[in-house]
Amino acid sequence: MSKRVSPADALRLVTLAIGALVMITPFLYMVSTSFKAQQYVLKIPPQFIPDPATLSNYERVLVRGDFGQYFLNSLFVAVTATAIAVLLSAMMAYGFARYRFPGREWLFRILLLGLMIPALMLIVPQFVLAKWLGLIDTLWGLIVFYVAGNLALNTFLLRGFFQALPQELDDAMQIDGANAWRRFIGLALPLARPALATATIFTFLATWDEYAWALTSITSPENKTLPIAVALLQGPRGTQWGLVFAASIIAILPVIAVFLIFQRHFVQGLTAGAVKG
Amino acid sequence: MTDLVREQSSPTLVRHPTSGVSHGVGAGMQPWRTYLTPALFVAPGFLIYTVFVLCPMVQAVLMSVFDYKVVAGAVSTFIGATNYIRAFHDEHLWLSLSNSGIYMLFTVPPQIALGLGVALLLQHKSPAQPFFRVLYYLPVVTSWVVVTLLFKYLFADRGLINYLLGLQVSWLSDRWTAMVAICALGVWKGIGWSMMIFIAALQGVPNSLIEAAKIDGAGPWQRFWSVTIPAIWPTMAFITIMLVIGGLNVFTSVQAMTDGAPGGSTDVVLTYMYRTTFSFLDFGYGSTIAVLLTLLVFALSAIQLRVFRNEATA
Repeated sequence: MSKRVSPADALRLVTLAIGALVMITPFLYMVSTSFKAQQYVLKIPPQFIPDPATLSNYERVLVRGDFGQYFLNSLFVAVTATAIAVLLSAMMAYGFARYRFPGREWLFRILLLGLMIPALMLIVPQFVLAKWLGLIDTLWGLIVFYVAGNLALNTFLLRGFFQALPQELDDAMQIDGANAWRRFIGLALPLARPALATATIFTFLATWDEYAWALTSITSPENKTLPIAVALLQGPRGTQWGLVFAASIIAILPVIAVFLIFQRHFVQGLTAGAVKG
Repeated sequence: MTDLVREQSSPTLVRHPTSGVSHGVGAGMQPWRTYLTPALFVAPGFLIYTVFVLCPMVQAVLMSVFDYKVVAGAVSTFIGATNYIRAFHDEHLWLSLSNSGIYMLFTVPPQIALGLGVALLLQHKSPAQPFFRVLYYLPVVTSWVVVTLLFKYLFADRGLINYLLGLQVSWLSDRWTAMVAICALGVWKGIGWSMMIFIAALQGVPNSLIEAAKIDGAGPWQRFWSVTIPAIWPTMAFITIMLVIGGLNVFTSVQAMTDGAPGGSTDVVLTYMYRTTFSFLDFGYGSTIAVLLTLLVFALSAIQLRVFRNEATA
């Protein structure tokens, strides 16, 4: 099968390819540097293919460093916070979408306020609050604030979805005697799977990558999450770039995997509303 | 935002919670029982939201008007607008604000133009489309810390950028060249986001409109300006507002790249706020800066909403 490529199409492809090269080169160079010994990382001319290549950075990060621990911390915090945030948001969204009660619109508007206030604006009073509640320097202290910070957006996303579900199904289950909670678990949640997937993915990414609050709250080395552990690898005199990027790659692999597997949910989530990476 | 919070128009979607389950249950139910179910659904989440987001919002304002003491037991005294007057005369705050403004100016328009450009090139389905989409979106999903360190490495004195451009610039040791690196990072990381949203918007442009314009003899350029742009105008507004907010809130990249160096000259508002609070332990003044920035963000968003709405109806 021969397909003729018009000059316009060719130009389009070349432009896209050049752009893509600009986007991807830093990543490739990062991978390359993670296999370089320290004396080669800032060599001129730069090496694109490490020669000699070494695994020592990965070995140092994983075996001698505590990155296994940081990875588990990040995983625990991100998974727990995401699960709680998505469940609570789904409940709130269901309550807002399916029931009429006094003050509903006002409560929802107050919740939307949380969409407009960026996380860092509240970091000072949140620090004071966390200190008062004994949540400083604990993984649960991270989780609680990550849950709170992700409720508004998820509730907003899911409410729209629940509103669009046909009421007739709900009615049918009600006649069969299912109570509100069983209708929520057995009917609304399974039907909302695409929206829940979107909410889950974006919350997971946000909590996995969160930096400012973890940096502020965590002081003990054993409680570090990956973003702050990676940032703190920078030395005051001369950063060990190979080490930094070996750790970075370990930190971003799960995120890139999630992205590649769930691509279509990204598109849906972005088009559904205000999700900024 | 108005249509997001509008009252339900469809009566079948939202009804009185008890209608339909009236078997055996008396019609004269107590109001509190009627509202118990929705309350149980909404309360847990809303409680957490109230304690950890709403209260801190109020607290931020309170802290800014008190001489706030971090030490337990110390009494904070009311100092009124003192912090706000101090902010107004604080030259370093103005410098930080100007850096935030520069960041906004040099990252928002490129992200919109390049994002739209790539989206236009990618809008027709082709075997290569998903591949390119993934490549352009990859920086968006990568954590800010990682890409910031990566750019710090690329912009190092003996780094790849100097080598490729044949320069000997010490990028991060001067305010303006450091801002170039910080802005370059912002654009590079953000293009994929605006691209993805523009692609979705472009798919929503009715083909019939484009065809009609073609029949009327409009060239590609004319079709772009008089059909495509008006059709994606709300998306344009959304992206612009989100990017402006994001630009004013830049923190992680600056903190990890220069942390204000050299000598605080690359500070943006939030890195200055952060240092004021957590290095100088001036919680009251830190809150003041946060409150002022929030007000600025709200004001700018409101202005933009109005401008975009007027443009759309003009």
